[in-house]
Amino acid sequence: MSGSRDVVPARAWMSVVQKVGTPIMSTVLAIGVGSLIIWISGYDPVEAFAALFKGAFGGPRQIGETILRSTPLILAGLAVGYGFRAGLFNIGAEGQLMMGGLLAAWLGVELAGLTPLITIPTLLLVGALAGAAWAFVPAILKARIGAHEVITTMMFSHIARYVVSWLTAGPLKAPGQIPQTVNLSANAQIPRIQSLFSATTLEALPFFGLGRAHLGVFIAIIAAVGVWLVLRYTTLGYENRAVGLSPWAAETAGISVQWTTVKALCISGALAGLAGAVEVMGLHHRIFDQFSAGVGFTGIAVALLAKNHPIGIIAAALLFGALSAGSGTMQLEAGVSQKIILIIQALVIFFVAAEGIVNWFIRKRQKEATSGAE
Amino acid sequence: MPVLELREVTKVFPGVIANDKVSLVLEEREIVALLGENGAGKSTLMNIVYGLLSADQGEILVDGQPVKIRSSRQAIDLGIGMVHQHFMLVEPLTVTENIVLGREPGRLGIIDMKAARERVAEISERYGLRVDPDAKISELEVGLQQRVEILKALYQGARVLILDEPTAVLTPQEVRELFAVVRSLVDEGLSVVFITHKLEEVMAVADRIVVMRDGSVVGEVRPSETDEIGLARLMVGRDVVLRIDKEPSQCGDVVLEIRDLAVKSDQELDAVAGVSFTVCGGEIVAIAGVSGNGQTELVEALVGLRSPQSGSISLKGTDITHASARSSIEVGVSHIPEDRHRRGLVLPFNLAENLVLGDHRLKPYATRGVMHPREITAMAKKRIEDYDIRTPSEKVLASSLSGGNQQKVVVAREIGRNPELLVAAQPTRGLDVGAIEFVHRQILGERSAGKAVLLISLELEEVLSLADRVLVMYEGRIVKEFVAEEADAETLGYYMTGGGGTKLDDGADVSPTGSEVGA
Repeated sequence: MSGSRDVVPARAWMSVVQKVGTPIMSTVLAIGVGSLIIWISGYDPVEAFAALFKGAFGGPRQIGETILRSTPLILAGLAVGYGFRAGLFNIGAEGQLMMGGLLAAWLGVELAGLTPLITIPTLLLVGALAGAAWAFVPAILKARIGAHEVITTMMFSHIARYVVSWLTAGPLKAPGQIPQTVNLSANAQIPRIQSLFSATTLEALPFFGLGRAHLGVFIAIIAAVGVWLVLRYTTLGYENRAVGLSPWAAETAGISVQWTTVKALCISGALAGLAGAVEVMGLHHRIFDQFSAGVGFTGIAVALLAKNHPIGIIAAALLFGALSAGSGTMQLEAGVSQKIILIIQALVIFFVAAEGIVNWFIRKRQKEATSGAE
Repeated sequence: MPVLELREVTKVFPGVIANDKVSLVLEEREIVALLGENGAGKSTLMNIVYGLLSADQGEILVDGQPVKIRSSRQAIDLGIGMVHQHFMLVEPLTVTENIVLGREPGRLGIIDMKAARERVAEISERYGLRVDPDAKISELEVGLQQRVEILKALYQGARVLILDEPTAVLTPQEVRELFAVVRSLVDEGLSVVFITHKLEEVMAVADRIVVMRDGSVVGEVRPSETDEIGLARLMVGRDVVLRIDKEPSQCGDVVLEIRDLAVKSDQELDAVAGVSFTVCGGEIVAIAGVSGNGQTELVEALVGLRSPQSGSISLKGTDITHASARSSIEVGVSHIPEDRHRRGLVLPFNLAENLVLGDHRLKPYATRGVMHPREITAMAKKRIEDYDIRTPSEKVLASSLSGGNQQKVVVAREIGRNPELLVAAQPTRGLDVGAIEFVHRQILGERSAGKAVLLISLELEEVLSLADRVLVMYEGRIVKEFVAEEADAETLGYYMTGGGGTKLDDGADVSPTGSEVGA
């Protein structure tokens, strides 16, 4: 039989290299092209990246800043990635994130008197539910009438933005000039990592003086491992992947494509909502207009770079977090505009996507070549 | 002097020698059939000739002159034309526009459509390839689309025509028409290479048969010197049973009962218009018919993918008329879908994941939503063993298997589930002889095990060799029922094309034979 001639082991090995290799290659290429741009702009790329690295990893406080900025990116990346695994593009993660943050900020103030052991889990849960709820309407529209989630989640994102804008300037506005909410009381805040150590310990072990980094990063890592386990070991994750890869085969095997779509988009929304809650409880302690700062959108880039793999998302979020944390130092010390970081982020995604295009060509060529008559 | 000659052409893909020193001669006015299983290297070889791939070693001679063919443009300039298995036509454009595409008459970028039409009409007339030059491709049947592809090659000046699996998509009638066209082309001075894996076709049309196996030419015969059995042995490398003798049917209780079933198509047309029949245990009932006469909708209604308008379906007395695909599987309906790439497999899933598809919620593969990889792996290993799926391991992606092995995965899953009813829709489409034999044996095995089998097939050979009863479907209705022994290909073909009904005049090119006429 001809089948035995399809030599496969080489391919399986290649796919592992491809999985890790291309994101790394993309990053290297992006930094290369970024260097070129810095050089053309009349600056020294080596100096710039040295400053960037210093700003991101130069000391405990800098590492803390990288962790701080990576934390919501992990959760947002997971949100977008989980949707992608079901073939859904949740471009509106930003909106779900805002709603999660909004609910946490509002309820956190209301629950001022309770112990943190109750308040913190409650707020995290409520934030996640708010994100899921915000994704639910687009999910139902997609499942019932096929309305494209790119449009509907995006529109819901705009609604969320203006809801936050209105509430922070109006009904939920704290006294004072600035349109923002009242600060959360300590019982609703996620503690900083360094707060776990006494002043003397920190003096002896300055490594733990991680600046503003908070315990939310562990929530994000637990969520990543959780998503990985769900995708790999549960029927929920299996059906999610089947629908994402072949809705027709999934349907034929008795998997409801519509119901899977609803579940996937709501779980995606829940992860985004969790990102918002963690960001509010760990960093801002209140909300204000545009507090989300585009984290939901950067989450798309994170998911793309990680090829939607939950563990890869942690790494990709760390990269983007580091770029963001180091950019200030880069501007200060090397004089290169912080905006170059956005260019590098865009280039990373460009090269990841370009790899897809290259692969597509290779596959097409191979298909033409080997298709006896299949 | 041969019009085309290949000398020791070798092509290596990573890990696979697709062509190993293949030599081939094509004389003027000759039809050479290139016969071999899927993956034997036929298409690779012809893609080299047509300039889509380049050979690693070897020589190509056209009219005795060594040539290097680096692109299809060059191949066309040398008078080589190719009709691919998957047509490369622009659907919204007309026949004429498609034919002249790339070589439009006219000047300064303005197409002289009048000249184009005349030229197309002239070629069409000369070779007897009738087709409306102004029809849109999307409006044409598959057989006519193929004709447009041939016309396109002729328009481009082809003297050598390569046809890659030209009959795969055609009905029996269309196949006969194609053979007539090919012969008239040869009469007009062309030479034809005909790629196929179907034995009866090469016997019918070829002057000379070149058999390929595993990338090499393993034999060369004339049809008069051999028969189908001999060819099959050459092609597969071992003895093959073409027609399987089966025991008389031991018909048990009624398993499937369909009453007055009506199903609408996606276009809201009455695809199935009042169909009633039964299938009992230990029996294979075949639905024969030309593609598009409601078979797809009937199957989809049966397996829970499409809700019927009216009528009823029951399985062993349980009403499943409006059952979902999931409950349909759970009550014991297995389904080998007609489109295995789309519906049968999740191609980027590995074999274990594909083999558990549909059973993935059930014990022992999952309990309360948690899957058990160890059980799934064990099951996959067993299926791979039992169903002779050729793969290094169960972790291999389904997309990397050959067509025959992919279908074995589907068959292993659907039969391995131990269903009450097996619905097999075109289970051997596109498969090679060895794989067809395997699938047929599996289907007959279900019959011996007392299971009910509903076979939907466009291949009359298959219908006749497997079925106990044959139902002919035409325009959404069962127009005729045969006991298998009383049916033959001609009679079936007659009813499949609307004979015996109101459309007798239209089906005039098929003459009725046998005793069933006029019933």
